[in-house]
Amino acid sequence: MTKKIVIDAKGIYYKELNQQIRKFIQKGYTDFELLNVSGQRYIATGLEGDYNFLIKGVAGQDTAAFMRGPYLRIEGNAQDGLGNTMDAGKIVVTGMAGDVLGYAMRGGEIYVRGDVGYRVGIHMKAYQDKLPVIVIGGKAGDFLGEYMAGGILIVLGMFSQDKIAPITGRSLATGIHGGIIYIRDGVPDTQLSFNLKVEEIDEQDSVLIHKYVSNFASELGLDAEEIMDARFIRIRPKSHRPYGNLYVPN
Amino acid sequence: MLDCGLVKSKCRKKFLKSKYIYTGVRALLYQSIVQNYHDFVVERNLDLCINCRVCERQCSYLVHYWDENRQRVMHDSSKCVGCHRCEALCPTGAIVIKRNPSQFRENSHWKPWFLKNVYKQAEQGGVLLSGMGNPQPYPIYWDHLLLDASQVTNPSIDPLREPMELRTYLGSKPDALEFVERDNKVNLKTKLSPQIKLNYPIMFSAMSYGSINFNLHIAMAKAATELGIVYNTGEGGLHPDLYKYGPNTIIQVASGRFGVHKDYLNAGCGIEIKIGQGAKPGIGGHLPGEKVDAGVSLTRMIPIGSDALSPAPHHDIYSIEDLRQLIYALKEATEYRVPVSVKIAAVHNAAAIASGIVRAGADIVAIDGFRGGTGAAPTMIRDNVGIPAELALAAIDQRLRDEGVRNKASIVIAGGIRCSADVVKAIALGADAVYIGSAVLVAVGCTMCQRCYTGKCPWGIATNVPALARRQNPEIAKRKLVNLVRSWGHEIEEMLGGMGLNSIESLRGNREKLRAVGLSEIELDILKIKPAGR
Ligand code: SF4
Ligand code: SF4
Repeated sequence: MTKKIVIDAKGIYYKELNQQIRKFIQKGYTDFELLNVSGQRYIATGLEGDYNFLIKGVAGQDTAAFMRGPYLRIEGNAQDGLGNTMDAGKIVVTGMAGDVLGYAMRGGEIYVRGDVGYRVGIHMKAYQDKLPVIVIGGKAGDFLGEYMAGGILIVLGMFSQDKIAPITGRSLATGIHGGIIYIRDGVPDTQLSFNLKVEEIDEQDSVLIHKYVSNFASELGLDAEEIMDARFIRIRPKSHRPYGNLYVPN
Repeated sequence: MLDCGLVKSKCRKKFLKSKYIYTGVRALLYQSIVQNYHDFVVERNLDLCINCRVCERQCSYLVHYWDENRQRVMHDSSKCVGCHRCEALCPTGAIVIKRNPSQFRENSHWKPWFLKNVYKQAEQGGVLLSGMGNPQPYPIYWDHLLLDASQVTNPSIDPLREPMELRTYLGSKPDALEFVERDNKVNLKTKLSPQIKLNYPIMFSAMSYGSINFNLHIAMAKAATELGIVYNTGEGGLHPDLYKYGPNTIIQVASGRFGVHKDYLNAGCGIEIKIGQGAKPGIGGHLPGEKVDAGVSLTRMIPIGSDALSPAPHHDIYSIEDLRQLIYALKEATEYRVPVSVKIAAVHNAAAIASGIVRAGADIVAIDGFRGGTGAAPTMIRDNVGIPAELALAAIDQRLRDEGVRNKASIVIAGGIRCSADVVKAIALGADAVYIGSAVLVAVGCTMCQRCYTGKCPWGIATNVPALARRQNPEIAKRKLVNLVRSWGHEIEEMLGGMGLNSIESLRGNREKLRAVGLSEIELDILKIKPAGR
């Protein structure tokens, strides 16, 4: 049974807005439409369960942090820290997203149509049946997938506002020791560091990419086949123990 | 010993005749030059030794072994780390572990420590690794502070006769209290922030499950519950079996975010954001894959055998504003039910940073000095980075007072608290409570051998090897921790009573109760205490 409420967030302080949401949840509401959201923080942070959010406007810092389960559709942009340490659920952003998207994310899916900021997907990790996935339709800033320990990052570079920037920034995946990054049309060599293994994708990868690209396309009203019609490369760590031989006992 | 000589000389003859003499010499000499420059020697009193082989079973570094030819226990001192386990368990007291008396020529600049480290690094080419806190002979300010006692003018109090209050609440305190009177009853109108209630101003410091084993986590959880204090999970997540001790648990959120999820955040009576650690300020942690067994994998939520790398910074915190963002994300996630602590290493600008932390909304500021222990730290960092907890504490307390925000957060001090007098001095210097970590481990047998990073701790502490971890019985370990804190509690009461105080509150930041010996004027000024005699 879904029970829906529309909240106009205009001029409401974040603490109050989130308190309202929690109260409605206690009353059994499951679907939320938030209008005029203008940077209110922490929406759906620490929220667990089967809830749907349609957020119109700009979702604030740390939206959906520690979230487990809900579906968020953000019609607009998201600020920094979206899906921080997220455990499960799905987030769709029709615009762009800021820095530290999906930091230390352990599960769930995030689909961003446009560009994303710095430090995206740092320390993503997978565990048992949990596999975090981020699909970025535009370009990504520096430090994408640093320290990545698991999960999947897909960068398409297609729906970017930035005509000049390379598809990913500097220090791509430094310290990565698990997980996979797929990049459409490849990435300039200058962005790659020595600890990465860059390869052409195989059949299995292609199936995997197709699955998440299809989700991305259907969520955002795009053509999956057109997106797939390109060369993808796969980036993985050269070593799963990048710091294994660093030490001498004293 | 005669036969040994014979064997040797026979070998020697054969060896000299050998046509492989050059390669042979090389093969023989290819032994690390540090191998015989070992730190400890095992002395076995052969009159007492009954060849029971207990030492052989106890030593996880394989120092002791059974020699079939000689039919007796022998040892190879070069592998000994000086943990004293064999000595402690030898039923006849036949073993003594001694410092290796072999000496280099005196040189107060090139001490053997430096020589040996250079040899090792030249040979193996790596970062020197150590365990526990900074062991170097920097000043220990606790040992320069003396407590006051009442004489004549205000009577001292006997804690055995009169009530003595050690109870401590950690959390943000209001600027002022408002009351309402209704039906002849006075009620508090001010809404109080969430607090952590402690029966003693002592908490068990963050030591992750993984760095120490599960048996000790059970022991800490149970002891904290029995004592009415709290323990801290460290950054290793929380085992499902320990959720029931939640009211006495501070859960930690560090840069790796291992095992951090909604249930975890809501499991404890407080949350601590770990920014830094006294033993290794400014750097992250690497729990090697070998230590990530099924249990550790379960709580950290990473696959068995995978390295657990904690980045040096939280990558969502690059400023005080970012810190505020995480503090409030955690408060939102827990619906403002628990206080949030921020732990930093004591570094040069600790006072300014602490002020920022308080303004960012933290309810507790925890400061870890450079004596604070660790399971593994690069030696150069452990020994050369950070400042003493005592100075950081005094500077932070003063700064927060000067800025009029001291009530907004409690101060917890960690890093090298060795006895109840250290606790009393810390509180007089401005702390609300202390964290003890190394003392917890010593209570269950740790001898500060500083080899925790090998994962072979013969005392069954810093190890997850089942056969070693079994050496810690959770019930016995719990009893020891309860004994330790209770006895410190009695001593604190005695010291308080002697000063004519009947509540720990009256001592907090009461630097009049401290005097210093052997400190410079600048040090006195930082500590804001007078020299003894004045
Ligand atoms: S048990 Fe400890 S002290 Fe005894 S020989 Fe082994 S390492 Fe040395
Ligand atoms: S915990 Fe174990 S390994 Fe570490 S210092 Fe203590 S006795 Fe040594």
